[in-house]
Amino acid sequence: MKKQLFATILLFLMLLSLNACADTPAQAAAKSGDAVYIENKGSDTMVNLALAWAERYQDLRQDVRISVTGGGSGTGIAALLNNTVDLANASRQIKNEEIDKARANGTEPIEFVVARDAIAVIVHPDNPVNALTLEQLSDIYSGKISNWNEVGGEDRPIVRLSRETNSGTHVYFLEVVLRLGQSDNKTLFAQNTLLLPSSEGIIHEVRQNPNAIGYDGLGYVPHDLKVLAVADVNSSVYVRPSIETVNTGTYPIARDLYIYTAGQPTGVVKEYLDWLFSEEAQTIVADLGFVPVDKPHYP
Amino acid sequence: MEKDLSLGEFIITRLIKASGYSAIVFVTLIFYFLLREGLPTLGEVELGNLFSTRWYPIESYYGILPLISGSLIVTIGAAMVAIPFGVGTAIFIAEIAPRWAREILKPLVELLGGLPSVVLGFLGILVLAPNLRILLDLPTGLTALAGSLLLGAISIPTVVSVAEDALDSVPRSYRDAALALGATRWQTIWRVTLPAARSGVLTAIMLGVGRAIGETMTVMMVTGNAPVLATSLASLFSPVRTMTATIAAEMGEVASGSVHYHTLFFIGMVLFIISLIVNVTASSVVFRQKKRAERVLS
Repeated sequence: MKKQLFATILLFLMLLSLNACADTPAQAAAKSGDAVYIENKGSDTMVNLALAWAERYQDLRQDVRISVTGGGSGTGIAALLNNTVDLANASRQIKNEEIDKARANGTEPIEFVVARDAIAVIVHPDNPVNALTLEQLSDIYSGKISNWNEVGGEDRPIVRLSRETNSGTHVYFLEVVLRLGQSDNKTLFAQNTLLLPSSEGIIHEVRQNPNAIGYDGLGYVPHDLKVLAVADVNSSVYVRPSIETVNTGTYPIARDLYIYTAGQPTGVVKEYLDWLFSEEAQTIVADLGFVPVDKPHYP
Repeated sequence: MEKDLSLGEFIITRLIKASGYSAIVFVTLIFYFLLREGLPTLGEVELGNLFSTRWYPIESYYGILPLISGSLIVTIGAAMVAIPFGVGTAIFIAEIAPRWAREILKPLVELLGGLPSVVLGFLGILVLAPNLRILLDLPTGLTALAGSLLLGAISIPTVVSVAEDALDSVPRSYRDAALALGATRWQTIWRVTLPAARSGVLTAIMLGVGRAIGETMTVMMVTGNAPVLATSLASLFSPVRTMTATIAAEMGEVASGSVHYHTLFFIGMVLFIISLIVNVTASSVVFRQKKRAERVLS
């Protein structure tokens, strides 16, 4: 009995000393470092990119954990404003109302351009149409053209596919393609445009339906679909999307991809953002079919 | 000992009473919340806009008519699938099937009811929609019809389960009497058993319809979500956007307190009122018939 008590006390003391050992300042820092989580949410276009970044960064920094979720640019920015995430990915620029809301909450959203993206217009591989002008695309999506034979294709109805309205890609496509970049142009999507909740939905429908036309970030388009060449307004040169044509500015439907923070980033979040502009991180951008940015675009 | 018992009794009665009332409290709270978040819409959006035919909230077009018509047409389609197949299956299980078949069928149908709706939606995108397009020569297979067929499949287990119970509880003497009078098996089912179980079968149908109108994930995946006003049954073959899919797709994005946010709650309110009407109609029909049945029997 006495022996048992002694053993218990000894064990207790050992545990205590072990605990004391673990609490040296450096180790405590490492320990608290273990608990550094970065929450990252937003654009579905950027989800694969953000995941690839997060995975590589976590290999470099064992003390940082990054969780990435999609949901759409609007969803990410809303989460940033509600203070549930550290970084919001967005494939469109933040709206004025959203900035106002952030200011009402007492923070200032800070913008970083972390990559560029081309929007590819996709059709079924059997569709004989290879190229469209921006005006034709606008007429197709606004409902003025509803048969493929009006743009040199077969006699088939056009089924228009689009992302849901909470997608940054949707808003960008509306402004640059449907409205041809004119701010006084109030053209809207045809009412029978199918609004699909995911990129996958669009790709699947285009893959099996020869009537369909859709659009998606270039990084997401699989090789078995046909990517159309697009001519800019007042131009007769049809350009296919690629890293070169986006960087030279000849492909007309390309845009910046953003990450927003609430207030100037500090600590681990800042280190992560700095790393995103490193050569390593920007190589990942190119590998995934997006277009790298040359230097940090600090505001 | 006796005091303990009465104390236990007291607590248990109160607990049961509380849980009974809590349902009423919850429904009232939910409705109050919907009203509080949804009614401001009437002040913020002009009625002409709210009851127009264009839904495009990011440009302040808040016409909810296409969404209401979308939900209705998908639900009607689902009812056309679920009622004949559901009631038919229930009759087969309760009246016709031999004992061993009934013992296999009933759990299987109930298993179907446990299938997650997102799985059915996935099947719809991969198998049903492409085949519908080819079979019916439609521009696209993502239509109200695809939604109706899947929602029908989702509601069938509910209808079967409740209707079968109702048919099962019809006293054996009814059937014996009908058969003794020389009625055929079909006449017995159609003229005696089914009318006797009418209130239970109606409840089953209403529960099934309620299940269909509130379903979200499947319709969001397969109906194409195009906010076009459905004007006739022909709209079954074109894409529609339902109220539930709209709320699910857009609620994540809206800033709380905005016009769009209030409008989504307003849609929720409309949905709530529609299912309330369905339920009240169903129960009033059921109650009325019960009274008549009691009169006849007495």
